[in-house]
Amino acid sequence: MAKHLIELTGLCKTFDDNEVLKDINLYINENEFLTLLGPSGCGKSTLLRIIAGFETPTSGTVSFEGKDLSGVPAYERKVNTVFQRYALFPHLDVFDNIAFGLNIKKLPKKEIEQKVRKVLELVNLKGFENRTISSLSGGQQQRIAIARAIVNEPKVLLLDEPLAALDLKLRQGMQLELKNMQRELGITFIYVTHDQEEALTMSDTVVVMKEGTIQQIGTPTDIYNEPKNAYVADFIGESNIIDGIMKKDCLVNILDTDFECVDTGFSENEDVDVVIRPEDIYILEPDKGKIPGTVESVIFKGVHYEMVIDTGSFKWLVHDTAKYEVGSQVSLFVKPFDIHIMKKS
Amino acid sequence: MYKKSLSYPHLVWMVAFVIVPMFLIFLYAFTSNTTDGNISFTFDNFKKCIDPMYLKIYANSIWIAFLSVVFCLILGYPAAKILADKDRRRMAAGKKASGLMMLFVMPMWMNVMLRLYSWLTILQPNGVLNSFLGILNLPEIDIMYTRTAVVLGTVYDFIPFMIMPIYSVLIKIDDSLIEAAEDLGANKSRVFLKVILPLSLPGIVSGITMVFLPALTSFYISDFFSGGQFMLIGNLIEKNFKNPVGRNFGSSLSIILMGFAFLSMHIMKLFNKSNRQMDMF
Repeated sequence: MAKHLIELTGLCKTFDDNEVLKDINLYINENEFLTLLGPSGCGKSTLLRIIAGFETPTSGTVSFEGKDLSGVPAYERKVNTVFQRYALFPHLDVFDNIAFGLNIKKLPKKEIEQKVRKVLELVNLKGFENRTISSLSGGQQQRIAIARAIVNEPKVLLLDEPLAALDLKLRQGMQLELKNMQRELGITFIYVTHDQEEALTMSDTVVVMKEGTIQQIGTPTDIYNEPKNAYVADFIGESNIIDGIMKKDCLVNILDTDFECVDTGFSENEDVDVVIRPEDIYILEPDKGKIPGTVESVIFKGVHYEMVIDTGSFKWLVHDTAKYEVGSQVSLFVKPFDIHIMKKS
Repeated sequence: MYKKSLSYPHLVWMVAFVIVPMFLIFLYAFTSNTTDGNISFTFDNFKKCIDPMYLKIYANSIWIAFLSVVFCLILGYPAAKILADKDRRRMAAGKKASGLMMLFVMPMWMNVMLRLYSWLTILQPNGVLNSFLGILNLPEIDIMYTRTAVVLGTVYDFIPFMIMPIYSVLIKIDDSLIEAAEDLGANKSRVFLKVILPLSLPGIVSGITMVFLPALTSFYISDFFSGGQFMLIGNLIEKNFKNPVGRNFGSSLSIILMGFAFLSMHIMKLFNKSNRQMDMF
């Protein structure tokens, strides 16, 4: 069993009259890559800032290695943060920025030099010691910000949307590097992002948040394949969310058509949300599938085509590698285990 | 498109009030005083300037300006810091700046003589200060018409010029830099010494320049607070210009003062540069 490194119990935070966090309970294991995922304003950054010590919770506790952290100022916590806009010190060069924390700990000069050189190598910026911050590109500043944090060998690294300001290509490269770094260093990462793809690629555990509450905690696979509710399903990837009625166990009625499914435990004729991923829908010849429809639009997405298929009362988002012309008559089919039934929230 | 002709008034202004006066000052400074209208070139005015009696006045002026800068900085930096911290907190909460800064700027809109005379009622032997000390049974202080009073007056008059640039630099420091320093283990005093102070250096440098130069050249403050008995370079120039035969010497003194001003600005510039030398490449 992995050890709980950080435990959050009953965390609430209000700014003026605005409830930003509502009763957050969460534990974070050692060496875990945990992502807090949610749209802006969901409280994920506030949660990170509470763990870092920049904000104090209105109620609830944060414990670290079993010890309560309330009253412990940010500068005494064994966590380090990578800030969204890097927050590098403009009056110091690269070396002094990275050595900032080590200098405060008053380590011997030789040791500081060694550590800085090592960490610069780790972030692939060897020889950048004497460069100024303003002479670095966004991606390089990003690496320095990470280096400045991990050189202190923290138990936990907090990352607040660290890749948000980078362009797509660079971002994808950094995602892999960060993941590798986390494995190599054996540091627990708590990563805040609004980018679901980023969360799925990098994390061991994803925490989906909405309006100050946790919606679902799980592995990326769980979150994607078994979203707990329509909100999670909608936020993680694209999906079709349709109103349905649960006829009985393993039978759901969507758009006046009965579909077999694998979900049980609902009451008879209960209103439910039905979530179907666009890649789980098969497009067949007319009459061969379950619901007839017309292709309304086709967009080429590289690997697949993204099509909207109008079946009269609902417009389905469908991904398929084959292209169907706009206006052509088709029918749709879904396999039972690709139909996800969720309680109405 | 702006028309070139729009700049002509400015050009006329510059020629009439900068170039011509400068030319006249140099002309006076390098010529001897003649009543018959003949101009003869001479260095005599400058030779007179290095008379030990005058050197002492320069030293005195620089010393007083220096003291004023030191006190303005000691008093002004904490004031600017407190104001900036307060306004940063307000702005972080989405409110407007407190406007307390206005309290420091507003006295500058009042007539300077009025402000100086109010000091007289405070500092004179039977003034407000001493009556107050009398009530508390403390010994009286009699500093009016001393060097202390001149420094006090200079500090009083110029401290807004110290507070303003420091405040405007402090208010712009990114909160996340302070948080980053805390995150890396710096307590409040370390954050100040290692992040806030170095980042506010440009404000300090321009504050020092903005206090030192006027403090060095002003004459009305020393005139007023010393009752005219305390001679600074500004007073010396004023006295010489009031006297029709003194304007040649006064002009050479002006040039020397300009030299001091240039020198001090240059020193401050160097200081500012060494602070930002990393930006060079």
